[in-house]
Amino acid sequence: MSTLHADVVVVGAGPAGLTAARELGRDRSVIVLDRETHAGGIPRHSDHLGYGARDLRRVTSGPAYARRLVALARDAGADIRTEATATGWSGERGLEVTSPHGRIVVTGGAVLLATGARERPRSARLVPGDRPSGVLTTGLLQNLVHLQHRSPGRRAVVVGAELVSWSAVLTLREAGTETVLMTTEHERGETWSALRAGARLALRVPVTTRTQVVRVIGKDVVEGVEIRNLRTGRTRVVACDVVVFTGDWIPDHELVRLGGIDLDPATKGPRVDAALRTSRAGVFAVGNVVHPVDTADVAALDGRHVADHVRRWLDSGATPEPGARIVAEAPFRWVAPSLLSAGAGAPSRRRLLLWADDVRTVPRVVARQDGREVGRRSLPWSVAPGRVFRVPWSLLEKADPRGGDIGVGLL
Amino acid sequence: MREPATESGAHVYDVAIVGAGIVGCAVARELSGLEVDGRPLSVALLEARGDVGDATSKANTAILHTGFDATPGTLESRLVRRGCELLSAYALPAGIPVERVGAVLVAWDDEQLAALPKLAAKAVANGYEHGALIDADEVYARLPHLGTGALGGLVIPDESIICSWTTALAFATEAVRRGADLLLRHELVEVHVGADTTLLVTGAGTVEARWLVNAAGLGADRMDRLLGHDRFTVVPRRGELIVFDKLARALVDHIVLPVPTARGKGVLVSPTIYGNVMLGPTSENIEDRTDTSTTESGFELLVGKGRALMPALLDEEVTATYAGLRAATEHDDYVVDVDAAQRYLLLGGIRSTGLTASMAIAEHAVELLASQGIATIPRRDLPPVPRMPNIGEAFPRPYADARRIAGDADYGRVVCFCERVTRGEVRDALASTIPPSDIDGLRRRTRALMGRCQGFYCGAEVARLLEDDLGRRTTSGGAS
Repeated sequence: MSTLHADVVVVGAGPAGLTAARELGRDRSVIVLDRETHAGGIPRHSDHLGYGARDLRRVTSGPAYARRLVALARDAGADIRTEATATGWSGERGLEVTSPHGRIVVTGGAVLLATGARERPRSARLVPGDRPSGVLTTGLLQNLVHLQHRSPGRRAVVVGAELVSWSAVLTLREAGTETVLMTTEHERGETWSALRAGARLALRVPVTTRTQVVRVIGKDVVEGVEIRNLRTGRTRVVACDVVVFTGDWIPDHELVRLGGIDLDPATKGPRVDAALRTSRAGVFAVGNVVHPVDTADVAALDGRHVADHVRRWLDSGATPEPGARIVAEAPFRWVAPSLLSAGAGAPSRRRLLLWADDVRTVPRVVARQDGREVGRRSLPWSVAPGRVFRVPWSLLEKADPRGGDIGVGLL
Repeated sequence: MREPATESGAHVYDVAIVGAGIVGCAVARELSGLEVDGRPLSVALLEARGDVGDATSKANTAILHTGFDATPGTLESRLVRRGCELLSAYALPAGIPVERVGAVLVAWDDEQLAALPKLAAKAVANGYEHGALIDADEVYARLPHLGTGALGGLVIPDESIICSWTTALAFATEAVRRGADLLLRHELVEVHVGADTTLLVTGAGTVEARWLVNAAGLGADRMDRLLGHDRFTVVPRRGELIVFDKLARALVDHIVLPVPTARGKGVLVSPTIYGNVMLGPTSENIEDRTDTSTTESGFELLVGKGRALMPALLDEEVTATYAGLRAATEHDDYVVDVDAAQRYLLLGGIRSTGLTASMAIAEHAVELLASQGIATIPRRDLPPVPRMPNIGEAFPRPYADARRIAGDADYGRVVCFCERVTRGEVRDALASTIPPSDIDGLRRRTRALMGRCQGFYCGAEVARLLEDDLGRRTTSGGAS
């Protein structure tokens, strides 16, 4: 097998990987590997406005945003290779890669994992019933509509009521498909109330809370879904020919696990510190593989944040001391970064990211370590499922990287 | 030239086989390799659905059994044992993936522990000599992730996992290359037994043959009644299964079997030939022969059993869930009979062991036909055994084969990321002897879309490749 080498190998040409490539491409050799035929990642499939606010300081559509990030990375000198699938590791910082140009090994002084996250499909959610066609995820829906220009159907039920679910509704509407119902198991719709009310008005989509899809009906094509009201236990059938399972994110962590890199059991992504370092020296992780999922621009800013840490590793080879784990406590499901190590500095945007399973309108966040409180913050923004809750990093300024686990929860 | 013309000018097949499941395909392969009166036996293989192996054959536990736990003395016991030998030998040249992972029957209480020596003796009575009783420590040495509470086990080192999809396809492909006619979407409606030939009226025209073989699986009893018999009733036994992510494969390297009860083999945990881990099946007798839906209660049962059997497995992602129907009958054995007057051979009640037994059932069918005076000899002008594309995880696949990619760049174009299926493999499947007619058929030939994302990334692209090809086949008029 032939071998390629670069200072930095980035796996995944989405917002995080491309932004890191752009930053590092200025003074280092960078190879970006992406398994798709076009670079750009998930925004490529999401043809509506809302991308680029925090990183490029201008709001564009997903495809335009993706094109811009690709162009910026190329202009900075990064070598972006598409149809290049990393299938496993070859040594500490080398990857086995399949592409039409051959089966090769690509090694780097540093490796950046930017493989993103995907939605759990119906099977992973153990939703029983028939197995007809017409059962989609948002990703598959957007591929069908934006890349293949096909119609998914006439009447859709959207499972989930978070940001990505509304993105699915927009895509359905563009394809001429009516969303007859959105269902969520949560007590309230997951996204900002303002957006939800506004979106409901604009899109006229009924949302039922505390409901669960318990059966898919239809032999060859979807004929309906059975929905259970979690308050009363009663079920009813909603007729539809499309079901879209949205949200419920899982990082694409295959390379992390194949490499034996420490996994955070809460995010199921690699455990990283504020410098986005994984447990393997010289291997970093950025974007939604670390925090499943935040918006594309926040993922992109990880790519900017990691650049200095990558340079420092390339120049000095310094490896971090073992740190203290940061652990999410209910109602939080996960926290990122989930490791406090000495010398890592503050994370991207000086924010700790958390994901919650419940709504709290006036949250008071507390951090505890070794049986004592090490930080507390009252925050003016609310906690809600389906979106990232951001906490100033200063919450942990008194925590000890050499101490025990740091729990982050609510008072 | 294969089929002599009748007075009416229509083709008359020597044998028409109804049902292109694993059994029908094996019989078609066997019969098309024979000659009678100096000419090849002409064979028609009729299938109601649009593909071979598309009903009960496609959704099983895909285990190549030794037959150690069959009821000694039954036809099933004999054919499973013989079938295991035949299929193991055939798999090699045909490229059917088989992994000899071995099985461990685990006893969880004193009653089950006491049953193990009896099972070991039964294995010997079935002609299987390599079973070995092991204690709890040895069980955990072999299965470190097994749940707590195992008391002992019985090891059957030769139980294997196999690709049932490739098996049915290999049989059918070889049958077609030997000259058999595969008649898809030919659902049997009526049967008229005449003096010399039988007319099969199907949804897609009439087929005439001298001999008739019933390999109709879940519909075998109904077809038997069309011929005026009333010998057995198929009771579909639904089995639901959960398939876990490939990253779970490291947890278990053997088939973990429960000690069998009267209701079948119970819930097992097994590696799959595609590199996943399977948990199941449930066992539930149902009415509707088409109801392959999964249920909340089935999942609850499996998750509960799985948590006890292998707790770490439940932390892994679920890749797929499905349900299969076994063609159980009121009899405790295969229902095989030959009727000389009707020139009719019944191969009924072939339950989940049919995959293992398939080639022996075919061999047995030839013996039964010979007993009725159909004197056949093997043909000497046979094409070579077809070499099927490998879709097994333990064997080289194109994406990892530098030489193949260098020779053909399409083997380096991964179109299904989770399963690492390349455009070259999709192209080959679409150009194969028996091309797929839908996405599920393509999935069974290549593994495309059967991975963890279930189409999140590549579903639309793979569907497009198939539809472009179906469009071409339709416009060129060569759909079958």
